[in-house]
Amino acid sequence: MSFLRASSPHAHAANNTTKVMQTVLLATLPGLLALTVFFGPGSIINILLALIFCLAGEALVLRLRKRPLGFYLRDYSAAVTAVLLGLALPPYCPWWVVMVASVSAIIIAKQLYGGMGYNPFNPAMVGYVVVLISFPLQMSQWPSPASLLESLPSISASISQVFTGQGLDAYTSATALDIVKQNNSQLISQVYADSDLLRSGSLAGAGWEWVNLGFLMGGLYLLYKKVFTWHAPVAMLASLSLFALLGYDSGSSQSGGSLSLHLFSGATMLGAFFIITDPVSSAVSNKGRLIFGAAVGALVYLIRVLGNYPDAVAFAVLLMNFAAPFIDYYTVPRSYGHAKPRKATEKQEP
Amino acid sequence: MTDKSIDYADISKKGLWENNPALVQLLGLCPLLAVTGSVVNALGLGLATMLVLLGSNISVSLIRHAVSDAIRLPAFVMIIASFTTATELLMQAFTYELYQILGIFIPLIVTNCTILGRADAFASKNGVLASTVDAVMMGLGFLLVLLALGGIRELLGAGTLFAGMDLLLGPMAANWELQLMGKDYPGLLVALLPPGAFIVTGFLIAAKNAIDHHQQEKAKAKQAPVVAGSRRVRTTGHIS
Repeated sequence: MSFLRASSPHAHAANNTTKVMQTVLLATLPGLLALTVFFGPGSIINILLALIFCLAGEALVLRLRKRPLGFYLRDYSAAVTAVLLGLALPPYCPWWVVMVASVSAIIIAKQLYGGMGYNPFNPAMVGYVVVLISFPLQMSQWPSPASLLESLPSISASISQVFTGQGLDAYTSATALDIVKQNNSQLISQVYADSDLLRSGSLAGAGWEWVNLGFLMGGLYLLYKKVFTWHAPVAMLASLSLFALLGYDSGSSQSGGSLSLHLFSGATMLGAFFIITDPVSSAVSNKGRLIFGAAVGALVYLIRVLGNYPDAVAFAVLLMNFAAPFIDYYTVPRSYGHAKPRKATEKQEP
Repeated sequence: MTDKSIDYADISKKGLWENNPALVQLLGLCPLLAVTGSVVNALGLGLATMLVLLGSNISVSLIRHAVSDAIRLPAFVMIIASFTTATELLMQAFTYELYQILGIFIPLIVTNCTILGRADAFASKNGVLASTVDAVMMGLGFLLVLLALGGIRELLGAGTLFAGMDLLLGPMAANWELQLMGKDYPGLLVALLPPGAFIVTGFLIAAKNAIDHHQQEKAKAKQAPVVAGSRRVRTTGHIS
């Protein structure tokens, strides 16, 4: 029997990028499950297509940049981008939408800025925004949830819808956020009474609430696994709630939708736990993350209610990615052994 | 000054490639990014800019001994503004639709740094002929980049090339439009919007740098043959 002669620490969690990314992938499963149960196999097709295009794009650029292929492909970061993109894109959108989004995400937003760890913007959100402003028609076609359809789209019909644009008939409907946004100056209670989607949901529209609860569950799992700290998601949800409460005057035609609608509809939970917690493009310190998250929440509400687009997580995240270095500059944490944190405006000793 | 000392080939090379106003000096980006959504817009603005550049370079070169250094910039700006106004009136007269499409960016040629830059950096120091060559080459370099940008953005954004060329070239160009991407091309709208202009410009600059780099490598490989038994390089000692 030999004695181990390693120095302390003796117990450590071997944490690396690959493991973190795998945990993130695992945590998207509840949300993906909810999306599949309520909207059919579209999201799975999206994710598979995005995986193909993202990994191919990553491999292509890595080859051009003469970087080790296997090392970077095996860290799963491109896979996480692909999965997040596949979850964000509307199910059954044409394959070329996924292709353009993946290429923009991986090649333009990630690799051109230097690859893994150097991207100032969240790649998945850049890809999403590029297709959102490029193909407004295709991007606004969300399917109706299962409870409003006679049957969920079959896999073969879904595949032919994705590749040829035919196969599914009248499968789309307005999302919960769409309906509330275009309320035609009705009271919120009337909007709810008129819409099957909103009426049959208990929080924020049939299907949508479950998708968001799924992502919330995955997010809590990631929090439990200490993949990220609680600061950014909590700050985002808190500021979004605050704005939603302030803007909700018990349901007049001018109000911006109820608290539960804003928290459990659209991409709120996906954004709060999977997008703004991106370690590369968000703020670094805990205080910075609080500011970052709160500003994202505020922007999400403002763009949702006052802007042109029904959902705003992607825009809000990108805008705050711009601001992240600025936030970091003013939230330098106190370093060990110093009583006060260094001020960013102080002159640094050389 | 005798013009014998001037190397026209060098001026041309600088204007078209080495010191290209759009890709290297990054001047005049405002019109470059704003109106290059299609080939016809790019060609219209490029020709207008070239015309103003030609006029201003020749005039500045002619008066270069009469204007004192202290007031040279206001004088140059006045000259550029007159030529821009003349160009604007010409476009109003002959290509009114295009003039309306380009809108504010025609008068904004006055503020195009390329033109003032060439007037101050070249025309005020060189003879008329050299300045003319410089203006034509710089203008061509700018025009070519505009055309490339316009072409790529039109192709990506709308799936066409040379759409609406009759606005500039008259009825003979009415059916020049090419549908290169097929009738059902959905159009990558972002290419027509300002972010697309930035992205495509970035790719063009990257392509130019890549070509330069490639040529440098080739020249280096030609110049320095590997000598057998190379000298040792001293690696110890003071490193500051």
